[in-house]
Amino acid sequence: MTSVDHRTAPRAARGRHDGWWPVLFVLPTMFGVVLFYLWPIVQTGYFSFTEWGAFGGQTWVGTENYARLAQDPDLGTAAVNTLVYTAIVLLGVPVAMGIASLLNRPGMRFTAFYRVLYFMPYVAMPTAVAMVWRLIFNGDFGIFNWALGLVGVDGPAWTSTPGFALVAVSIVGLWTSLGFAIIILSAGLRTIPPELYEAASLDGATAWRQFRSVTVPLLTPSVFFVTVITVINGFQLFDLLYALMGQANPAMQETQSLVYLFYNEAFLRNDKGYAAAVAMVILLIVGAVTLLQFRMQRRWVTYA
Amino acid sequence: MKHLLRSASLAGVAAVALTLSACGGGDDAAQDSGEVAPTDAQAEITYAIWDENQKDAIDQNVKDFNEKYPNIKVTVDLTPYQQYFTKLQTQGESRTLPDVFWMNGPNVQLYAANDLLQPITGLVEAGELDPANYPEPMNELYTFEGAQYAVPKDFDTVALWYNKALFEKAGVDLPTDDWTWEEFTDAATTISDELSDDGVYGVVTELNGGGQSSYYDSILQAGGHVISEDGTTSGYDDPASIEGLQLWADLVADGGSPTVQQLSDTKPAVWFSSGKAAMMWSGNWSVAELKDSANKDDFGTVRLPAGPEQRATVIHGVGNVVAAHSENKAAANAFLAYLGSEEAQRTQAEMGAANPAFTGTQQAFVDSVPNFGIQVFLDSAEDMAFPYPISQNTAAWNALENELLPQAFSGKRPVEEVAQELADSMNAELAKE
Repeated sequence: MTSVDHRTAPRAARGRHDGWWPVLFVLPTMFGVVLFYLWPIVQTGYFSFTEWGAFGGQTWVGTENYARLAQDPDLGTAAVNTLVYTAIVLLGVPVAMGIASLLNRPGMRFTAFYRVLYFMPYVAMPTAVAMVWRLIFNGDFGIFNWALGLVGVDGPAWTSTPGFALVAVSIVGLWTSLGFAIIILSAGLRTIPPELYEAASLDGATAWRQFRSVTVPLLTPSVFFVTVITVINGFQLFDLLYALMGQANPAMQETQSLVYLFYNEAFLRNDKGYAAAVAMVILLIVGAVTLLQFRMQRRWVTYA
Repeated sequence: MKHLLRSASLAGVAAVALTLSACGGGDDAAQDSGEVAPTDAQAEITYAIWDENQKDAIDQNVKDFNEKYPNIKVTVDLTPYQQYFTKLQTQGESRTLPDVFWMNGPNVQLYAANDLLQPITGLVEAGELDPANYPEPMNELYTFEGAQYAVPKDFDTVALWYNKALFEKAGVDLPTDDWTWEEFTDAATTISDELSDDGVYGVVTELNGGGQSSYYDSILQAGGHVISEDGTTSGYDDPASIEGLQLWADLVADGGSPTVQQLSDTKPAVWFSSGKAAMMWSGNWSVAELKDSANKDDFGTVRLPAGPEQRATVIHGVGNVVAAHSENKAAANAFLAYLGSEEAQRTQAEMGAANPAFTGTQQAFVDSVPNFGIQVFLDSAEDMAFPYPISQNTAAWNALENELLPQAFSGKRPVEEVAQELADSMNAELAKE
């Protein structure tokens, strides 16, 4: 214990003498963050109280945009769709955990190859991925419905029927994000000391028991990280939805996500003031959900 | 990714700063000028377009232009249509529009009203361009508050494309120029019934994502209108307009046409081009795509069928414009004048890219695909064409059409109810203009 005290004391003292130097080193990064992240947020906040002409020129309208937004049925639909999408994509986390532990088994061959295979969808361009899935999901000529037809099921037009479209988008979203989760969880698995497993097996624990009592608890920090990232990505659903369904899709209104709603208002209807209000609501929701996750983590995340 | 974004934004900021400083000097003076660069002028200009099928012909235009102006470098900037106007809007907002670019009917008033386009008045006065060379409806389409802003590049009308082989297989008489709605819908449903084992449908058209090739025409044929002539009120609640919409809802319900979902999964031109649909309502822009189809020898065209009220098709065309804030206006003007010339438009026609606007050059386009019989598009323009419906913020109510009308075509809600809702929301948007 004393050694720890020794180490912290001088560091704190050094901090007092450093003066402005640390600030100076952080400054270049801060400059970028403030200019390109914080300042746009402040601006968007301001624009959400204005009506925006097609090519600039804002007029202050007070809370009118928010009042309209509260009445807009599309906001509720978009919020529910986004939640459903995020929930389905989150189902990928336990799947990824299973695959990651399989890849991490001692004696497993070609693990690097499998890891690359699983990671590929994550680095592929979402638009390119969506184009391929669009063909797979095609109602009349897609391979998916052809396969269903073999077992006597007449499949729907997956990407253009309300309900089914959201499921189709979520499946692709899950498939895409799996690689990222597997990589993070694999890294997490490698930090678990092998002695723990040795001790557990000496105590007579089965493989399943080891997984439950050693792997899962010690993996929770990685799981937490993956969950937070997946949720944030889920709330930003746009490119996949847009490319998989296309702009003029009869099911779009029922399937739209929050960010699509923003895009529709800002760039299709040229109503950028209202769109700014939508953006602020998205910011609030993502902020609230992330805060909630951090609050909850104390209950289930074990930091070894 | 973040680094990329950051450097991209930096570049953007730098570009804006540059343009702003450049705007300071003498820009307003050049606002309405018809000044054309001398042939030895040195400049670099950008030309923005959206149709990949026309890229080759455009490149040829640039090459020919450079024979006369060897030192003006033209960079062609191709953006797919779905993103074209989104991008243009952002560029317009930061006053960094391309020097010369394609414009269409739905957007011209918006850009003109915000002083982003240079009127061509100066060039006409200088004798570089003559509007009389182009069809009158095209000049009108691009005239806003008394000034013309674009030089017509091409024009398109809508006709009935059909596949002879499929008609013969189904044992149905080939369509004629004198068809009525009844003959058309009978043929469509009969073919769907006869060839259902092959998965062939009677007719396809665009039912979501714009009405130019479908309901804009049928509404006119029934005697209705999409927007009032002064562009202030919606015509969707007119009973005749509703009748025009009903045509498509009935065809979908009777199986003469695939459902809205099927048409969204597989585009109309793909159904038709691959021999899975016997008829298609579409414009002469389809030539560029269909001339490469495996079934191209079976294709032909006739006029759209006559509706209860009259024969009709909408007419629309792309125009070339020069940005009001262009830094190389003299060079841009020179290129604009060349694009409007007989030579440039004949090149477009001969290469089968588009039906050119310059009077007298269209024959080359008709001859580029002799077996399609596309003279019918020119004849339709002559005696049954109506202006394409636009207003100042057309995009706002186009989004409403795409959102609401599929509900009527799919039979989810009664046509009349959807049309009424569309008329109300559209009127609300029009009131804001």
